[in-house]
Amino acid sequence: MLRRAGEGGHQTSPALPQGKETVLKTKDDSESRSPVSIGGVTPDSRLRDLVERLSGQKVADCYQCGECTAGCPVAFAMDLMPNQVTRLVQLGLAEEVLACRTIWLCAGCQTCVARCPQLVEPSAIMDALRQIAAERGIKAPEGEIEAFHKAFLNSVERSGRVHEMGMIAELKLKTRKFVKDVPVGLGLFTKGKLSPLPKPVKDRAAVKKIFKELRKHEETADE
Amino acid sequence: MSSAPDNAGPMKYAYYPGCSLHSTAKEYDASTRAVSEALGVELLEIPDWNCCGASSAHGEGHLLSTGLPGRNILLAEQMGLDIAVPCAACYNRLAVANAEMRSDPGLAEKVSGVVGLQFQGTSDVRPLVDIIVNDDGLEAIGARVRRQLEGLKVACYYGCLLVRPPRVLGFDDADEPMTMDNLVTALGGEPVTWPHKTECCGASFSLTRVDVVQKMTGDVLRMARDCGANCVVCACPLCMTNLDMRQGGIESLTGEKIGLPIFYFTELLALAMGLDMVKSCWKMHFVSPEPLLRETAAV
Ligand code: SF4
Ligand code: SF4
Repeated sequence: MLRRAGEGGHQTSPALPQGKETVLKTKDDSESRSPVSIGGVTPDSRLRDLVERLSGQKVADCYQCGECTAGCPVAFAMDLMPNQVTRLVQLGLAEEVLACRTIWLCAGCQTCVARCPQLVEPSAIMDALRQIAAERGIKAPEGEIEAFHKAFLNSVERSGRVHEMGMIAELKLKTRKFVKDVPVGLGLFTKGKLSPLPKPVKDRAAVKKIFKELRKHEETADE
Repeated sequence: MSSAPDNAGPMKYAYYPGCSLHSTAKEYDASTRAVSEALGVELLEIPDWNCCGASSAHGEGHLLSTGLPGRNILLAEQMGLDIAVPCAACYNRLAVANAEMRSDPGLAEKVSGVVGLQFQGTSDVRPLVDIIVNDDGLEAIGARVRRQLEGLKVACYYGCLLVRPPRVLGFDDADEPMTMDNLVTALGGEPVTWPHKTECCGASFSLTRVDVVQKMTGDVLRMARDCGANCVVCACPLCMTNLDMRQGGIESLTGEKIGLPIFYFTELLALAMGLDMVKSCWKMHFVSPEPLLRETAAV
C-alpha cells in the first residue's frame, strides 16, 4: 500500500467488512459482475455506477498507482488512503467506503487531480461519496466537518452570502461544542473582521431558487 | 473577450469580491481597489453577487456547485466584461463552473433556466493576480515602483486552488508557478526558492479539525522560514487567515518561533508604489509586518 513518504505509517489496511446488510445490496444490473462474497459480504455492484454518474469520473480507469496518495497533504489524518477509497469503490465495498473519515477529510486541494496519470479526479469521487453517504443516512465519522458544510450552506441559502458570525453560532449549536477556537474568533472580531450584521444579497429569492431546483437534482438513489 | 483591448483605455472588469473580502479580508479588498485604480484597471463590482458555495457545495451535487457560481457568471455576462476574482477559492469555483458550462450545453441550459438569464460563454474568469501582473506587464509595474522592497525575502505562496486543476485553470504552472515570484522581483524584493508553493494549508478545516490545520499550516510556515524567507506573500484570503491568524497558536503548540508576517500581493504592490492606504492594512494583521518593514527600511 502506498503512503505519503515518511507519514501515515500507523494506518492499517481497511478492515474487511463485518456485514451489515442494510447498505449493501445484491446486484441486478446487466453487466456480468457476479455477487462475489468477500469476508461474508456481497459487494454493492451499483456503487461504482452511482459514483461514476455523480462524479463524472471513470472509476475503472484507476490502476492503483498511488500517485494521489503520495501527494495528498491530508493523508496523515486519513483512515483510508485516497487510492484505497477508489479501490473500494471499484470493489463495491460500500459500507467501508461510505463510513470512512477520508471522504470528509479530503480538503479538495486538487493535488491528486493534477497528478493522476489516468486523469481520474479522486476529489470528485470523494464529493460523490459524501453525497451518497448523506443520502443513505450514514453517520459521518467527522461530524463537525459535516456540520460545518451544513451551516455554511444554510447561511448561503438564507442570505445568499456567508455570514461568519451566524455560521459559527449555528455550528456551535449543532455540535454542542463551544467553538474550539474562541480566541481566534474573538481575534477576528476585535480586528473588525467579523461583522455582526449580515449583508445579504437583495434578490434572495434567486438564490433560494438555485438551492430549491439544483440541490440534489441528480438522483443519488439506487433506482 | 478573452484578450485585453489593444487601445489605451482603462481595462474594465466585472469584480467578484466574494464573501471573505467583505469580512475577514477587508485589507485585501481595500488594497486591491487602491492598486487597481493606480494601475488603471477598473473594477466594477458585480451587482448583487452571491456566494460561490466554496468547498461546501461540492457535497450537494454538481448542479448546485455549478449553479451558485453560475449566477455570478451570468450577471457578469450582462455587464459584457471578463471577471476579476481576488480570492483563489472563489476563482477556482467560478472558473471551473464556467469551463463546465462552456463544454456542457445541457448543464448551461439548466443553470440558465433557474437563474433566468441565458448563458453565452462570453466572459472569461481570471484571478486578480494574473490581471494585475500580466495585462500591463511587469515593466509597467516596475516603472511605478517608488520604494524598492529591498531586504524582503519572500516565500511566494500560491496555495492549492489558484493553479489547480491545471486542465481548467492554467494561467501559470501547477507545480512551479512564477507569477508572484516575478512580481516580487519587479518590486525589488527577493523571492526565495522553496518547495511548498502549492501545498494546501488546510483552510477548509479552519473551524472543525484545528489539529489538522495546525499541522498543514505549520508545515508550510516552517518550510518558508527554513528556506530563508522573512515573510510570505499570498493571493487568497483563506490562506492568509490560516497562515497569519494561526501562526501564534502553532508557535505555542510547538514552542518554536516562526515570526513570519504574511502579505497579500496587493499590499506589497501598494507598499512599493507608495500608496499611503497600505498603512491602514497592517493593524488588521495578527503577525505585525511593521518590525520587518522598519528593519528593512521598506517603510
Ligand atoms: S493517481 Fe489516479 S490511477 Fe493512481 S491510484 Fe490515484 S486515482 Fe488511481
Ligand atoms: S483533493 Fe483531497 S484526496 Fe486529493 S490530494 Fe487534496 S486532500 Fe488529498
